[in-house]
Amino acid sequence: MSDRIPLLEVRNLKKHFISGILKKRKVLTAVDGIDFVIYKGETFGLVGESGCGKTTIGRTIIRLYNPTDGEILFDGEEIGHLSERELKPYRKRMQMIFQDPYASLNSRMTVTDIIAEGIDTHHLLEGDAKQERIYELLEKVGLKREHASRYPHEFSGGQRQRIGIARALAVNPELIICDEPISALDVSIQAQVVNMLEDLQDEFGLTYLFIAHDLSMVRHISDRIGVMYLGKMMEITTADELYENALHPYTKSLLSAIPIPDPTSSIRDRRVILKGDVGSPINPKPGCRFASRCQYAKPNCFTETPELREIKEGHFASCHYIEEINGI
Amino acid sequence: MSKILEVKNLRTTFFTHLGEVQAVRGISFDLDEGGILGIVGESGSGKSVTSLSIMGLVDEPGKIVEGEIFFQGTDLTKLDHKDMMQFRGNEISMIFQDPMTSINPAFTIGNQLREVIMAHSDLNKDQAHERALELLKMVGIPDPESRIKNFPYQFSGGMRQRALIAMAIANNPKLLIADEPTTALDVTIQAQILELMRDLKDKINSSVILITHDLGVISEICDKVIVMYGGMIMEKADIKNLFAHPQHPYTRGLLLSIPTNVTGKKKRLIPIEGSPPDLMDPPSGCPFSPRCPHAMEICLKKAAPLFKISETQEASCWLHHQDAPEVSGMVKVEGEQS
Repeated sequence: MSDRIPLLEVRNLKKHFISGILKKRKVLTAVDGIDFVIYKGETFGLVGESGCGKTTIGRTIIRLYNPTDGEILFDGEEIGHLSERELKPYRKRMQMIFQDPYASLNSRMTVTDIIAEGIDTHHLLEGDAKQERIYELLEKVGLKREHASRYPHEFSGGQRQRIGIARALAVNPELIICDEPISALDVSIQAQVVNMLEDLQDEFGLTYLFIAHDLSMVRHISDRIGVMYLGKMMEITTADELYENALHPYTKSLLSAIPIPDPTSSIRDRRVILKGDVGSPINPKPGCRFASRCQYAKPNCFTETPELREIKEGHFASCHYIEEINGI
Repeated sequence: MSKILEVKNLRTTFFTHLGEVQAVRGISFDLDEGGILGIVGESGSGKSVTSLSIMGLVDEPGKIVEGEIFFQGTDLTKLDHKDMMQFRGNEISMIFQDPMTSINPAFTIGNQLREVIMAHSDLNKDQAHERALELLKMVGIPDPESRIKNFPYQFSGGMRQRALIAMAIANNPKLLIADEPTTALDVTIQAQILELMRDLKDKINSSVILITHDLGVISEICDKVIVMYGGMIMEKADIKNLFAHPQHPYTRGLLLSIPTNVTGKKKRLIPIEGSPPDLMDPPSGCPFSPRCPHAMEICLKKAAPLFKISETQEASCWLHHQDAPEVSGMVKVEGEQS
């Protein structure tokens, strides 16, 4: 793994949202000190339940939010604190695909205008060459030339998501942040979009950050996966290792909660059902974020925050008792 | 086993200003007493409208244009609003998808629970309060004495869904319809709610219809399944056969398009090409025919009847006809069909 080149490196990234004033001041720690690396050409999956901060990470990397603390290194350059002007060349190299194909396309713009926006902003092409490029992109994502002059409302959810993908591809990005790109789509359409994302990755050598909560699809598409819980990274490893040999108690219970489309499966009998709800990210207490729901929690889990440590080669987890729990 | 619910040739249409949307197009099925029936389908398949039709909740411009719904022998479609109220919330109740929008945010949980209880029983306010506490305990809400005074916004998503389930089972309904009850929830909370529903079904001894788009959820809790597409039933089967020997190309396509947990080499997903039909102008034949890899001439013209594959499985596909070409895994059925 050491011969791979990191494209994106996130170091101790924090994003806090502050609301209220003086004594009523609340700090929502959406992302609270996250480290991970994405290598060129791979798909890094980021999973977790709602409120764990996975979407915030995506938006902070692409600088829709400004980070509270920490570094974002893109191709070796720190971009977390660049001004809007300095950031522009990097915006071309990073693009995003959003979850909701209905909300993420401007309903008053034609498909051509939507896809051309990035090309215009970065002055890449003009006139006929630009139009040709738009046709080419539409065909790449499985749409037709005639679709170019239509408006978003004329398309189905799956087709809209294809338009969103064409828009992201238009500026020849290196990294695409896919924020739940298939969650809003029907089951029979999800596979179409996932296959297309895989084909585009092969063709253009793209790197993906794939954010999702559908654990079986994440496993399918990702090379490595990070599991988040309440703003902290719980575990990072390769997709197969995670599903075969999860070390962290949260990952284990998350995986065992997936409903399995096979009535004869025996996994159901071994299921660990978590008690309680996800805690609040507002003014969090010290200690492991998962401690209150963890069946192995000991007193110091509530006071000392565990570090993300490399347990086996390429397999990181943050838990004080990981060795004890897994008999390592 | 006796039937608690029999739906016969149900047809529900919405008369919008753009045209007629044929949401449910002549479906028939029944539910055994004590059974859990899953209805699976994608958006626009008609699964939710089916449940609203049973509940008598199809509003203008929608209308049940044909068919009968027998609940313990009474045809619900013939009842007027007042008589239907006696069934709804009492004998039949429903759990909705979004726990935030189906609870009134302006009243406490206790207030809303008491209302449901008192509407269908002779209990006074104090007795209803006791019953409400008992229900909250039953659905696993910790510290119900103080939680009963909370407003919905003070509950998390999972707790709201529990409170909603408490309301639905308040009068020990004989039939409980759950429309995507876990779709809005996180996967660990979903596991909790499914466990709770399995538990409660036995405790209050009711029959359940579970509507979902997730085949995983279906296989967790149902014993029989109906697969819907374009307002019609594609396949009816017991849970084992549906997953092991799907007999409709749509069911097969759905099962192939979800990732399976095979380690090592990445297997490419097999999608169903195309997109779901427009219900304003549905295909005249089988609704799946435009996307079906096996579509024949007859499929485009005429929807297939339900071929009886075995005692527990039926599929609406012409491939089961004895004159149809051989497709591996598809069973041929002799004789005339329903």
